Amino acid sequence: MSIEVIKPGLATTIQDAGRSGHYHLGIPPSGAMDQVSMRSANLLLGNPEAAAVLECALMGPELRFHDTLRIATGGAQMVPKIDGVACPNHEVIEVPAGSVLSFDFVRAGARLYLAVEGGFDVPERLGSRSTYALGSLGGLEGRPLQAGDRLKVLSAEYCADVGRSLPESLRPVYHKQYELRVVPGIYDHRLTPEARERFYDELWSVGSEADRIGYRFKGGTPLEFIEREPPFGAGDDPSNIVDACYPIGSIQVPSGSEPIVLHRDAVSGGGYAMIGTVISADMDLIGQIQPHQKVRFVPVSLQQALTARAEYQQRLQGLRQALV
Amino acid sequence: MNAESVTETAAARYSVAGDEFLFVELSESMTLEAFFRSISITGRLRERALPGVLEICPANASYQVRIDPQQISVSQLQAELEDIDAEVSSQSVQRLTTRVVEVPVLYNDPWTHETLMRFRDRHQDPSGTDLEYAARINGYADVEAFIDAHSGSPWFVSMVGFVAGLPFMYQMVPRERQIQVPKYLRPRTDTPKQTVGYGGCFSCIYSVRGAGGYQMFGVTPMPIYDPTGNMPHIDDSMIYFRPGDIVKHRPITREEYDTLQAAAEAGEFKPRTAEFVFDLDDFTADPDSVANRVKEVLNEH
Repeated sequence: MSIEVIKPGLATTIQDAGRSGHYHLGIPPSGAMDQVSMRSANLLLGNPEAAAVLECALMGPELRFHDTLRIATGGAQMVPKIDGVACPNHEVIEVPAGSVLSFDFVRAGARLYLAVEGGFDVPERLGSRSTYALGSLGGLEGRPLQAGDRLKVLSAEYCADVGRSLPESLRPVYHKQYELRVVPGIYDHRLTPEARERFYDELWSVGSEADRIGYRFKGGTPLEFIEREPPFGAGDDPSNIVDACYPIGSIQVPSGSEPIVLHRDAVSGGGYAMIGTVISADMDLIGQIQPHQKVRFVPVSLQQALTARAEYQQRLQGLRQALV
Repeated sequence: MNAESVTETAAARYSVAGDEFLFVELSESMTLEAFFRSISITGRLRERALPGVLEICPANASYQVRIDPQQISVSQLQAELEDIDAEVSSQSVQRLTTRVVEVPVLYNDPWTHETLMRFRDRHQDPSGTDLEYAARINGYADVEAFIDAHSGSPWFVSMVGFVAGLPFMYQMVPRERQIQVPKYLRPRTDTPKQTVGYGGCFSCIYSVRGAGGYQMFGVTPMPIYDPTGNMPHIDDSMIYFRPGDIVKHRPITREEYDTLQAAAEAGEFKPRTAEFVFDLDDFTADPDSVANRVKEVLNEH
């Protein structure tokens, strides 16, 4: 069973649920940025929920199937085409041997998840097949796809019928502007009170440097840090700290200019003050925001974050009940 | 730590970071005591094996814990950590059983030299090299004297991270003798793999080729990250260094570099290591004699 990569797309990587327990050595979780969409594509197809899929950012790949295989998509709206003929998103479709699967431009969202029956077959590294490109780990040779690559597929024990589709109520809805909920803290006491308030008041737009490591935001007023005598080992810039761990979802503002939210391929630590952390329930959403779209950061309490987390789990449970 | 310094132990600052992380700052400035406290607390937390504690990450003067909030709440975790902190701080003997690792370094090597020349416009002193600059601003007569200082003292691995397996190292000498250099004015987009770098008060070894802002002093033939699993000296974690390791750099010639590099490529690199018991009181009382013992245990192996 193999699939040949004709064109790799913009940044296409093999991802699954990610790996845990290695962050203290600098190895981040990796895994699909939008976990619900990855799981929805797998569940729809009848795969194990966290089978390895292709995460296709903004521009999809072009793939020649050497065997007949069923597929399903999740996440961003990017119309799949078999030998140029459009097929639906969120539906089990069959790609005949010898034909080419390609994708139309992205209409909404930023990352499409392509599940194939059985799941993509690459060796598990530290308990996951996910690609961590910065560390050349996992996925296909530790890197995004390239033209000429051959993708192998595990043999499927079960596969859903062609035409099975995701109920409308479970499909993602995308917008032009989003709210990201943040628990303020960590080093936000180092910001001036005005800067702290303004950060949550202003609209920020996603910069072009928005990838699996982190999303950079532009367009807001630079944030001022309170002047101080630099602590030994921290560095001279007021945004510097003695190098510390970075939580996934934490927001750092190097030199106070452009906030960066770290995602699943995060650098695990460094010397910039963090001013808060995006709640876990909103991390999937970040993976679906396109460059230049607008975002407002909304401060919430830990209790609100935990409530949102429970709602997220319920949503995932609803997906499982509808599709298993 | 003596009774007097116990009472001076600063309160830890706990901060929730989203719904999955607790971030704990032990000191705003870098100190050996804060690092020692971080490594002791995180070590004991690991031993307690609490359900719901997913990742324990010690850092230079702080640490971070990732939890599953459905299994353990942030306030439960904080209560455990306060208990552990009190236990650690009240101990009369502060000891850490660890290992000493000798890292061979080709200082002033051709590869970092080529790279630093390519990014000269991003440096504080475009007229010289990173080594010349670091030697001058730290008051050394020349590059040789500076290399003697960098390779003469032992270093604590005070944090592993940024990218896979990169060790941050803290110099084990009294503060007035610690080397300090600023980072590049603007980060480079390239750094050779296994570059020995320096920024602030930390030395590091870049585990992979990539962007970087630290000054570049040399390169080691010793592999420290092994994503393919071919290096016998690196276990299944793929990462060689652990926080708490003690490093001693050894300057090598180009000839020895080539020999060791060939051995590394053949999967036959064997680092020189020895067990070591570090005692914080001994070190505080006489840092140079502890440094000498580090050298002695390596020579015995």
